Amino acid sequence: MIEQDVQDWIGKQIVANDVVLFMKGTSEMPQCGFSMQVAQILGHLGVDYEDINVLDDMSVREGLKAFSNWPTVPQLYVKGEFVGGCDIVREMFQAGELQEMLKAKGIANNAQTETA
Amino acid sequence: MAMAAADIERLIKERFPDAEIQIEDLAGDGNHYSASVVSKDFRGKSRVQQHQMVYEALQGNMGGVLHALALKTTAP
Repeated sequence: MIEQDVQDWIGKQIVANDVVLFMKGTSEMPQCGFSMQVAQILGHLGVDYEDINVLDDMSVREGLKAFSNWPTVPQLYVKGEFVGGCDIVREMFQAGELQEMLKAKGIANNAQTETA
Repeated sequence: MAMAAADIERLIKERFPDAEIQIEDLAGDGNHYSASVVSKDFRGKSRVQQHQMVYEALQGNMGGVLHALALKTTAP
């Protein structure tokens, strides 16, 4: 894909899906430890998300860096908004902020039943 | 490809002169680091913005020669 098409395509993915994880590998088979951590957190919370494997398309991998102004993968988007990479997602999860944010945005997850 | 801890610290220090920086070479391979950066410049910024500021300070090395830098940013 050419650069502008990539930017448009990424923009469409984060609008069409409530939760999108750009990652190396897939949710079933992550190919990088950082991507795996985020996939595990989302899996643990029972969040339904769209996984996009940047290793499938070099233009997406490069275009994503420009799109988010973020140099690394994984990248998590919720309701079209960039949440962060692995460190931020893990920090938010450990602080309970990720669960709160998902709840505030109306994303189904099982955090409530766990903390109850 | 790898990057020395001293170079990472220098680049961050240039951008955040007041910063307290702690860098750890996690795997001993010059390629997997964790960095903790405390700077008043982070006040009022979101986590994403704070990390973006550090990535900018690293001048494109992050995701390139520097493969993995676990980042923790805090305002004092």
